[in-house]
Amino acid sequence: MTIRAVEFRAVSKRYGAVTALETISLAIDRGTLVTLLGPSGCGKTTMLRLIAGLEQASTGQIMVEGKDVTLLSATERDVSMVFQSYALFPHMTVLENVCYGLRASGIRKSRAVELAQAKLSLVGLSGYGARLPSELSGGQQQRVAVARAIVLEPKVLLFDEPLSNLDAKLRRHVREEIHELQRSLSLTVIYVTHDQQEALAISDRIIVMSMARVAQDGTPRGLYEQPNSHFVADFIGDANIVPVVIEGRQNELASVRLGPLQLTLPHHGAVAGPAELSIRPQAVLLSRGTSGLSGRVERAAYLGSHMEYWITIAGLDKELFVIAQDVMAPLGVGDEVSLTFGRTGVALVPREHLELG
Amino acid sequence: MQRPPRFPLIWVAIGAAALLAVPWYGLDDRLSAPALFAGVPWLWPLALPLLLSLCAVFGRPRPHLLIAASAGGLLWLVLQGLLIIHRGWTYAWLIELTGGSGPTQPAMGWGAAVYALACVLLLAYGLACRGFCKGDVFVAATLLVVVGLIALFVFYPVLCILASAVRDNEGGFAPEQFLAKLLSPSIWSLACLTGAHGCGVAWNTVAVAALVGVLTTLLGLAFALVALRTHMPMKPLLRALSILPIITPPFVIGLALILLFGRAGMITMWIGNLFDIPRSRWIYGVPGITIAQVLAFTPIAMLVLLGVLQGVAPSLEEASQTLRASRWYTFRSVTWPLIRPGLANSFLIGFIESMADFANPLVIGGNFNVLSTDIFFAVVGASHDQGRAAVLAIVLLAFTLTAFVAQRFWLGRRSYATVGGKGHAGIPAPLPGGLRIACYGVIVPWLLLTIAVYGMILIGGFVVSVGRDNTPTLEYFWTAFSIEKGVGGWFLSGSAWNSFIVTIEIALIAMPFTAALGILTAWLLDRQQFPGRRTFEFLAMMSFAIPGTVIGVAYILAFNVPPVSLTGTGTIIAISFAFRNMPVGIRAGLANLSQIDRSLDEASLTLGARSFRTLRRVLLPMLRPAVVTALVYSFVRAVTAVSAVIFLVTGRYNLATVYIVGRADVGEYGIAIVYSAMLVLFMMLVLLLIQLFVGERRIGRRVDVPPIDAPATALAPA
Repeated sequence: MTIRAVEFRAVSKRYGAVTALETISLAIDRGTLVTLLGPSGCGKTTMLRLIAGLEQASTGQIMVEGKDVTLLSATERDVSMVFQSYALFPHMTVLENVCYGLRASGIRKSRAVELAQAKLSLVGLSGYGARLPSELSGGQQQRVAVARAIVLEPKVLLFDEPLSNLDAKLRRHVREEIHELQRSLSLTVIYVTHDQQEALAISDRIIVMSMARVAQDGTPRGLYEQPNSHFVADFIGDANIVPVVIEGRQNELASVRLGPLQLTLPHHGAVAGPAELSIRPQAVLLSRGTSGLSGRVERAAYLGSHMEYWITIAGLDKELFVIAQDVMAPLGVGDEVSLTFGRTGVALVPREHLELG
Repeated sequence: MQRPPRFPLIWVAIGAAALLAVPWYGLDDRLSAPALFAGVPWLWPLALPLLLSLCAVFGRPRPHLLIAASAGGLLWLVLQGLLIIHRGWTYAWLIELTGGSGPTQPAMGWGAAVYALACVLLLAYGLACRGFCKGDVFVAATLLVVVGLIALFVFYPVLCILASAVRDNEGGFAPEQFLAKLLSPSIWSLACLTGAHGCGVAWNTVAVAALVGVLTTLLGLAFALVALRTHMPMKPLLRALSILPIITPPFVIGLALILLFGRAGMITMWIGNLFDIPRSRWIYGVPGITIAQVLAFTPIAMLVLLGVLQGVAPSLEEASQTLRASRWYTFRSVTWPLIRPGLANSFLIGFIESMADFANPLVIGGNFNVLSTDIFFAVVGASHDQGRAAVLAIVLLAFTLTAFVAQRFWLGRRSYATVGGKGHAGIPAPLPGGLRIACYGVIVPWLLLTIAVYGMILIGGFVVSVGRDNTPTLEYFWTAFSIEKGVGGWFLSGSAWNSFIVTIEIALIAMPFTAALGILTAWLLDRQQFPGRRTFEFLAMMSFAIPGTVIGVAYILAFNVPPVSLTGTGTIIAISFAFRNMPVGIRAGLANLSQIDRSLDEASLTLGARSFRTLRRVLLPMLRPAVVTALVYSFVRAVTAVSAVIFLVTGRYNLATVYIVGRADVGEYGIAIVYSAMLVLFMMLVLLLIQLFVGERRIGRRVDVPPIDAPATALAPA
């Protein structure tokens, strides 16, 4: 049995009349990188702060490594956090910042400096110890914040949107550094972001949140290929959401009618009748034949590595957004095309999933 | 078995020591035996809470028991103190019940103080164990100690006023007398409207206060408009004007006005000789009080309105102008409505300040009494009617608190914060021509008057008799500040030295406590969540609105007799300074804390530092500007204070301000004004030195604000 680093048992959080987190139960395994993903105001940061002990749960129990920490303060929990603003103490040097937690836990100074130096060189900042945070670049500050957090060897390491203050190029680099660090030290990392690409790139598991609840919980691949709701399909990657009719169900599969096309897909609990289909832009295959749905190219854009098309289909009041890899022989505006779907990237989405909860 | 936590054990031990080894009664003289050996059976139960606390921490922790025990200990301490005083039972019903005058005991002393502290900290520990203040013992303890101190030194005295008001001068319960005094025509009469007699003192006070509120607001607005909306170079002038009222003891302006416009004043004589106008005493009374207070409080209104006017985004006025509005129309329809709440705020501040002002009416009021002076005369005058003083204090308190509540709740919701996070580019609209001329017309005479007043303060003490005989002399200066060589070497022989040194001494003693109290309170308010936070904030700031005279009377009533007897000591003066000036520290702390991102505290907490370490290592280094401000202001305000301490000084502990008022009262204007000038110069020197010191620190490598522009995630969880 894997050991659970963090466990939520029916935890909720309310601020007066506002519910920041509906009753949530979940467990996070040791040594994994789990991302809390969602739009702003969905409760993901609240969840992180509950784990850190910066907020107290209104109801329920929070366990860290099997120990009930619900009533413990942030100080008493064996959990470290890297803040969005990094929160480096501006009046202390880099070394003093990294030593801070060690000194607070009563480790004598020479030992603390030794440990801090080791972690600083781990993040590639040996020799920067005497500088003030204001004398470092954004990326360096971020690494100091990470060193300061991991030097305490916490049971759980929390990241609150750590890349949002970095520019786009640096983001990918730092993201990989964090991932590398997590793997090499076998850390349990919980990572909050609203950037779905970031989440897909580094997570072992993604918990998508919406309106104070968990919308879906799974691996990056599972979420992308089998979204269980309109919200998740739309939030992770691009998706065309198309109304369809389920004509029948057999075992795990449902037969779905979309215009003249008959598709067989896992039903995910959707019942016969009207439903929605999530179609990834890459899952649409365009050809000049007549075997599939017939459509017409409305707009086309050349993006170097691929083409983007907007296609109208008779009987559908919405344009389909399609990405095609063939940039050598692109389609032109006004071309009549035939659409079929690939094996992955098309999924049935039960209707009104979120509202039913 | 778990090892018992250290904190409660230490405080149980200290509590036990307070009962066993520290004199229970008396603070500096006539110390008694410790509580358990004093032969006083009603002190024995105080040991019980400590024993119960021990049970509560050994073995399975029982916070409920700890809370109940420590609260019980506190309750018993307060009850026995309130019920049994130096002359027996406090209340008549107890005398009837027991048929005797009852046991007696003197005022509580060090033992009681230490025991109370131990109980409060044990209570804080118990509450923290139950999750109070997020389970943080340091926060809970700080909160309870601050609340306890405010309760003891602000609320208990004010309650004593109420209690004293409903009793006759022999201490019996007399509600009819209270009603008679409260509704007395000497307070509420409106006879002056019909012209027969003078009006009641309450109406006098309200009328002057309203007049002063209106005038200071108009003058302040004129000044703010000229400063921000014209090209007049005002910066140095504004700086000087904003510092002057801080370092000038309040009555000094009244004093200078007498020397200028009194019957024998310099200007009175000059104009009298020039135009043959008979000299009169017109300045004594409403005109003098009003002019003095307007001079004293206009800078405050100016500072408030500068802030308000700066808050009006120039882009709004530019938008109005691009919509084809004229300058005058823009001012009337955009600027004016936006600054209206600020004007009301400034009016209320002037109103409260005028009501609370005691020294100017005393010096220049003549026969015209206001509430604060009436309170004083009811206590020290021939009538010596404490009941009347209490009733007047209640009326005054009701007025200022109403204004304070109005300012906080009514205006709080109505202020338009037009400055958002984004920068508003644009140039503020210049003033319409007529308004500009009006502003200049108001400001220039006022500036001349200010210069005349401060000139008089500086030179008035160095001439024989202002107005009559303007020959320069050092006589007054030497009388007050001479240093002579006697048998035992040099000594300070001037009559002012004693009070001057005592003042500085007490102000210095009060300074760190005031700052610590203010900054800690600000930290509790800004950084901690606990039930009743808003109430706590309101109560902490409210002590600002309690007039000094009221506090003075309250302290006399509360601390003259057991259970807490402090009058006649320097301690009570220092305490009154600390609690009167605490709001300055709170404001400085709040302003500074709001610039420090909360994620810094949170980072420190998640790194395993407790709140005390976080405060000391992370916040205090960045709060240095606020700490300096709080220290400076508490010192300066303590030196210039007069209204509360005039009730508390003694022959041994006389203060500079009280000494000056005394000299002025008997007509020795020379010494009074020379002493005032020295005080003003001394303060200016202190401020300059500190500015030099702090200014240098600022240049250092430290940054005041975190370098990263952090979005306020901590404020609104995503």
